[in-house]
Amino acid sequence: MTSSSMPKGVAQPLPKPREPQPRGAVIRGNKPVNQSEAADRFIAAAEHQKMHDERLWTLRQNRDRIAHSLDEWEEMRELASRIKQHTLSHLDQYLEEFEANARAHGIHVHWAADGAEHNRIVHGILADHGAKTLIKSKSMLTEECGLRHYLNGVGIEVVETDLGERIQQLDNEDPSHVVVPAVHKMRADVAQVFSKTIGTDPHNDDIHYLAEQQREKTRPLILNADAGMTGCNFAVAETGSFVVCTNEGNADLSSNVPPLHIASIGIEKLIPKIEHLGVFVRLLSRSALGSPITQYTSHFRAPRTGGEMHIVLVDNGRTERLGMEEFWTSLKCIRCGACMNTCPVYRRSGGLSYGATYSGPIGIILDPTFNRRKYSALPFASTMNGSCTNVCPVKINIHEQIFAWRKVMAENHEIPLMKQAMMKAAGEVLSSPAVYRAAIAVADSALRTLPRFLVYNRLNTWTKQREMPEAPRETFHTWWKQNRMNSKKADRQ
Amino acid sequence: MRVGLFVPCYMDAFEPEVGVATLELLERFGCQVDYPFDQTCCGQPMTNTGCHKEAAATEALFVKNFADYDYVVAPSGSCVHQVREHLTAVEQTEAVRRVRERTFELTEFLHDILQVEAFPWAEFPHKVGIHYNCNSLRGIGLAQASEVNKPFYSKPLDLLKKVKGIEFVQPARWDECCGFGGTFCVFEPGVSAKMGYDKVRDHAQAGAEYIVSADSSCLMHQKGCAERIGLPLRFIHIAQILNGATA
Repeated sequence: MTSSSMPKGVAQPLPKPREPQPRGAVIRGNKPVNQSEAADRFIAAAEHQKMHDERLWTLRQNRDRIAHSLDEWEEMRELASRIKQHTLSHLDQYLEEFEANARAHGIHVHWAADGAEHNRIVHGILADHGAKTLIKSKSMLTEECGLRHYLNGVGIEVVETDLGERIQQLDNEDPSHVVVPAVHKMRADVAQVFSKTIGTDPHNDDIHYLAEQQREKTRPLILNADAGMTGCNFAVAETGSFVVCTNEGNADLSSNVPPLHIASIGIEKLIPKIEHLGVFVRLLSRSALGSPITQYTSHFRAPRTGGEMHIVLVDNGRTERLGMEEFWTSLKCIRCGACMNTCPVYRRSGGLSYGATYSGPIGIILDPTFNRRKYSALPFASTMNGSCTNVCPVKINIHEQIFAWRKVMAENHEIPLMKQAMMKAAGEVLSSPAVYRAAIAVADSALRTLPRFLVYNRLNTWTKQREMPEAPRETFHTWWKQNRMNSKKADRQ
Repeated sequence: MRVGLFVPCYMDAFEPEVGVATLELLERFGCQVDYPFDQTCCGQPMTNTGCHKEAAATEALFVKNFADYDYVVAPSGSCVHQVREHLTAVEQTEAVRRVRERTFELTEFLHDILQVEAFPWAEFPHKVGIHYNCNSLRGIGLAQASEVNKPFYSKPLDLLKKVKGIEFVQPARWDECCGFGGTFCVFEPGVSAKMGYDKVRDHAQAGAEYIVSADSSCLMHQKGCAERIGLPLRFIHIAQILNGATA
């Protein structure tokens, strides 16, 4: 069936030299991730960068079109924001309500304080059932917990069922985007990954061929899996039910084919009532992809007859974040990725350049809550242009939180010494008119042609990629002194 | 009406003619304009880098310089955004609050406070693309950003429409950030330059002869990018066009 797309007996033309896919940030233990360095490599891969920027910009345009077609759009964002803020402010009550209702329907509920405990619990459930193979749908929470690596380490085979996530799994690479995990890959990259891992023709990068091959190879694994796992988009307290949204129906396969279904749910996923779901379902896919709704919006309320359902409610730093005055509203996030699609820095640097589970604007404000030192440079990988805040369906003030994180980093000496020294020097010069005037009047051409804070470093990064502005004959200050100062004084006398 | 003119540090050094145009323009509308001679900067370079403590003395100096005016006007939305939203490293005294409330960006001052109807002296027979600094656009609301589902408006466009002979072109991504980003352009130079190249190409593609903006900092960056990739674009501050510059 699939061989029809491969011409037989015809010599294949030699493929043109392929631009290798740029890889993500170099991780050096706990050292600050250098996003800028990885971004430069991404930009150097011109075809990939262009494709990435255009794909995501298209999503942003689709989102605009559909958002602008609803008169109540901005009102709906406000409503969603308030529902989330209310829920987060009463999270203990809603979690207890959710747990009680879920248990009443025969769901087993577990609590995990952190990623390690989550992984142990999942492993325990699988071990109790003698499960050796697990199929799962995409879940940023399980990425956060490093579940796949953990389970591989204890001899359990994990198969991702979301196509993009499966590509990333086969390539041994993290997802680069919360909704479209392989968006940074061109189809030739996918062809290469598949040829090495599932044995496709390395020269055939036809999308239908690749998708079909993957499906053929993965279906048997799905049909024979011992257990299935999903994440959760929304967990409803009043019903004890939860909702998973996908476009591939893969969450339904993961949950309905094997007899055992485990769902990992971050505690911030709670909403109070089923009626609130309408607000979020309307916002989610419109914000993410510009489509009215995901292809599948699956509600789970109880185990199937003869099956078993487990929920793991995971904290993993969320309670601590809830207590952070400037950052707690980041817990409103519904993982739509709209902030990433609109971010001009993200579109030009790729999600893997952030070297963290979450990338783009939302990643910049979430990642430091997990490891302040390691992600200390991320808040600077932004122009703080504010578009992220405007597209956020739950109105997280993302760019203001980026600004606030910069302050936290500076106060905790998590910014490079050179940078802090520059700012100290700039502050001293700029707060003293005499020193400032002396500094910019210096004949030295570098200082004369750029304000001190731009050139006060040995690298002079400005001129590497831009021309220097020409220095005019005189400053405004001098002009005023020569042309206006005396006349103003005369006026007053 | 006593107006204190704030000429930001980079403009003082590189674009003194924008300061002069702003001064003359305000005087044309009867403002009594003064330039506090000891002014330096609004503190944004430090604050944007997270170094609030390091910005405190500069912020205090700003307030001291501008405490006595009815209005403070600056031809830079980005600096006005800093003063209005982020001048918080100093104690928020009555004087500080007053200065922060009374600081305006030039086009919003002309549009909202002076409510200017016409610029009879202004003629600019060129095709222009408007660039919005992001702090001006989303921070202080000079225009409505494209991602928001609210009616479009643009104060700079309203004013420029009163200029004789001017033609407007619309780049495809008209309100995408150009990558200047304050100290971003120094600390993330690769992404910054790439964004700048894309921005000036977008304007060139739309047929712009000039890129006009209410913020010189973005223009300085874009000019450097356009020159590097050999695009024959010209750059001009809105104050110069409104004050009657013809090229």
